[in-house]
Amino acid sequence: MVAAIRVPKTQRARRELLKHAPKLVETSKKTLILHGTKTSAVLNSVLSDIYHLKRDNAVKYTKKNDNIRPFESGGESSLEFFSLKTDCSLIVYGSHSKKRPNNLILGRTYDHHIYDLVEVGVENYKSMESYVYDKKLAPKLGSKPFFAFIGEHFESAEELKHLKEVLLDLFRGEVVENLNLAGVDRIYVCTAISPTTVYMMHCALRLKRSGTSIPRMELVEVGPSMDLVVRRHRLPVESLKKEAMKTAEHAKKMKNVTKDPVQGKLGKVYMPDQQVGKLTLANDIKGLKRERREAKKNKDDSKKQKVNPE
Amino acid sequence: MAEGPAATTIAASSYEVDLGNLMAYDPSHHIAAASREELRQECLRKGTELAQALADALFALPPNEDRDGPIVHLSLPTVRLPREKHLPKPKPPTKWELFAKVKGITKRKKNKREWDEQTQSWKRTYGYDRVNDDKDIPIIEAKSTDEPGVDPFAQRRDEKKKRVEKQEKNRLENLKKAAKIGALPRLLSFTSKCCFPPPLYYECLFVSGRNLAELQLSNIFCMQSIQLAAKALPIIGTKADLPKKSRKEDLESVVGMASSATASGGKFDEKLPDEKPPKHPGKHRKFLPVAEGKGMGSLEKQQNDKILNSLLARNSDEPLDVGKASSRIQPLT
Repeated sequence: MVAAIRVPKTQRARRELLKHAPKLVETSKKTLILHGTKTSAVLNSVLSDIYHLKRDNAVKYTKKNDNIRPFESGGESSLEFFSLKTDCSLIVYGSHSKKRPNNLILGRTYDHHIYDLVEVGVENYKSMESYVYDKKLAPKLGSKPFFAFIGEHFESAEELKHLKEVLLDLFRGEVVENLNLAGVDRIYVCTAISPTTVYMMHCALRLKRSGTSIPRMELVEVGPSMDLVVRRHRLPVESLKKEAMKTAEHAKKMKNVTKDPVQGKLGKVYMPDQQVGKLTLANDIKGLKRERREAKKNKDDSKKQKVNPE
Repeated sequence: MAEGPAATTIAASSYEVDLGNLMAYDPSHHIAAASREELRQECLRKGTELAQALADALFALPPNEDRDGPIVHLSLPTVRLPREKHLPKPKPPTKWELFAKVKGITKRKKNKREWDEQTQSWKRTYGYDRVNDDKDIPIIEAKSTDEPGVDPFAQRRDEKKKRVEKQEKNRLENLKKAAKIGALPRLLSFTSKCCFPPPLYYECLFVSGRNLAELQLSNIFCMQSIQLAAKALPIIGTKADLPKKSRKEDLESVVGMASSATASGGKFDEKLPDEKPPKHPGKHRKFLPVAEGKGMGSLEKQQNDKILNSLLARNSDEPLDVGKASSRIQPLT
């Protein structure tokens, strides 16, 4: 009997499916890194660096994919399929062409459909290997990074506002409630050097002893640094954006209900002012009769007036 | 955004600090430096300032001392980022749950083992070697209502089978209801509309078993792809009569056939977003090149030879083809 609904038969399959199921409070997003038919040496290095930065929750595809054109209407189906298969909601797609050299498309998905895209070009790239520093300072994998955004263009330019949001989403890591202060060791410094360009650096943090209980911060450049030039971007559709920004509804606070340890649950009931003096008396028969008689008389008079002109 | 003035450093600049995301933003204008190296130094300096502002804000929070280090409780991030999946929808109550609610039936815990009177031992409540197994009944006493030729054991077996099938049907119905409102976790093969071109893709759902013949499954998972309702199995008929599941190649050839209906052979037909271009674009005849060489080229000669040979062979009076015959000679032994 082959039914249309496939339900997992083993516990392992069931657990895997539950991992992919939507959760009330979401934590980390997985990233998918892939490239198109043509890449350059710089782009390969960029993609592998991003993969190393996000090693725990990223998937890197090594083969080339030739039918991905995210900015065209039909060309995103492959991306959506990969997102569904690997359960990744962040996509980093690299491609290189004469018109758009060292092109990087950062995309987000909602429910495995493309939510928004930002296309950036990578310039002045320096890879992680080219930096020489004391290895003890190297930031640990999976640590939550600091973010520093500098420049008024992040507020004034639409594209940079969008890029800021996407970079935050890409590198932020897990959303945690409790943070171990001893474990902060990296920072992403993004400077808007023009209305379309962001100079991004990745540095390690060094906490130095200072007089007070707050340590003195020192930045040591460790990671890749590159200039991101925003080429194109696609903002999310309004309806989709509204749906994606919905948060889990918290249980509504019940008003006028208190819990007393002795008496139990107590409630307050507020009665509106009844205004007894203004109530009409229902049993004034005489008055009613008279009213009815008068109303009937008035109605007949008005009817006679209507009939007569005819 | 929480305004956190950096009191320790420059009082004039105010940074926007988002502790939930560990983010600091300096909206003041950043002067462009002359060279790359200067720019880098300037960015590092500014970055240090912002990191210091963040550290000030973080270390100001009351820490819980843990063996790994001081742990602080972060507030919710002010910059809200979109979710990656929709909010989970609660599963609708099953048919049994609704009934139980109406009747006031509550769940009771069953023990894993029960005392079996027949074998005087503790047996499982379910599974292998269970307590009240149907198979273990040795004798069924005949009732006055029983007909003479009926086998009560077979009857019991059939009834059990029917009960199991009914339960399976109800389970599938419940799952279908849950899937309709989107409460089930998304399954790979049936949900993504991006796998198959929408109008050409239709699900052929095989529903076998006479009890499930009434089930009409349509539009369960696929949001936008058009689905034909499953054709119920005929009451009579074999597996060969079932409509075969169309392969991708068949569907593509159908598209090719349909395109021949237009005067331009489907060249200007509006293509769907996922449709691939046709495999044999227009060329169905092979023409020889116009200029091949001096006089009759070898290709033209070959073509003419082929035609002549086939004509002559058809019209020749010789019934025997010596060449063919000689190849078929077998030594008589």
